[in-house]
Amino acid sequence: MKQHRLKRLYGVLFIVFCSALAFVLVYFAIRDNVNLFYSPSDLFENPPQGSNAIRAGGLVEIGSLKRSTDSLEIEFIITDLKKSIPVNYTGILPDLFKENAGVVATGYFDKSKMSLEAYQILAKHDENYVPKEVKKALEK
Amino acid sequence: MFQALKNFYHKLGSYPWFYKISGKVIPFVGVLSISLIVISSVWGLFFSPTDAVQGDVYRIIYFHVPAVSVSQVIYYSMSIAAAVFLIWRMKMAGVYIKSLAPIGAAFTFIGLLSGAIWGQPTWGTWWVWDARLTSTLVLFLFYLAIIGMQSTFASRKSADTAVSIITLVGVVNLPIVKKSVDWWNTLHQPASISISGESSISSEMLIPLLLSILGVYVFVFFVGLLFMRAEISTREQNKEWFKKLSSNS
Repeated sequence: MKQHRLKRLYGVLFIVFCSALAFVLVYFAIRDNVNLFYSPSDLFENPPQGSNAIRAGGLVEIGSLKRSTDSLEIEFIITDLKKSIPVNYTGILPDLFKENAGVVATGYFDKSKMSLEAYQILAKHDENYVPKEVKKALEK
Repeated sequence: MFQALKNFYHKLGSYPWFYKISGKVIPFVGVLSISLIVISSVWGLFFSPTDAVQGDVYRIIYFHVPAVSVSQVIYYSMSIAAAVFLIWRMKMAGVYIKSLAPIGAAFTFIGLLSGAIWGQPTWGTWWVWDARLTSTLVLFLFYLAIIGMQSTFASRKSADTAVSIITLVGVVNLPIVKKSVDWWNTLHQPASISISGESSISSEMLIPLLLSILGVYVFVFFVGLLFMRAEISTREQNKEWFKKLSSNS
């Protein structure tokens, strides 16, 4: 490569390097907020300070879902298979919400009871796509 | 072999050569891309099986995945063009970035929109500030910045230089878009298609998906050629070769 082009190549690499450095610095500044939610283990290790709303995420523990018969109130447990957090919620649920499926709950965390008073429930589905008929056949 | 590649590279920089060759290729890729998109859409919407968890709503995958995938590939290719422009001062690279940026922006927008429409019934929300969605929005904003910068310079050369630099600044965001779902807790699930390992989407759903991705890639190639020809004819309208061409036809 000719001398002047080599120089420009270094220029190009320098731009990419500076930009990467900027992204890394931004990452260090917002490190604590990059994760969308805390896992139950995170909440036990490092309970959130202050009274702001937080998000907890994991799986809905099998057998933990209790629905009220006369209101939209529900109770369930979010687990990451190591620790678990009980959650209270009143309202409409997304279609994919069910036991043993992923969930992200937003709400106020009670440190004394290690439980969450949720005001929003989001369903988190996984990356597996299987035809309905195949799954039915497998479950038989 | 190397010499042939080098020749091709030099030819690629020539407007008249590109104009001639692209004119021949365009009808072919146009028909190919439209038929691939029609076939994969019909296959995906009507013939591929219903998903066990999400039901029929998952079929939006046949539009969402091709759009976001091609939007990232376009940006990578624009970054290569930006480096080529800055190092070799190849004017065609400037034409390439200017022509492809609106296409990339459009597909990023389609990806964000189809993702929102998909998120509402499955996750329960149109939008959430998780790392995957936010970094994709950043990608969209880089496209907008590139498009906006085109018209802020008096000379074509300084515009192409500035745009190349901003394109290179944004390329760092692409690995973040790709790896965000693996590095952090996100609402968006990890990738279903794997090149090295086994894909976590069943093959009956995967085949039409790969077809739809291919269709959109060929479509971008097709529209990209059209846009580049339009850009070349704007830049070269007073040149001898172009006048000769238009008087002949």
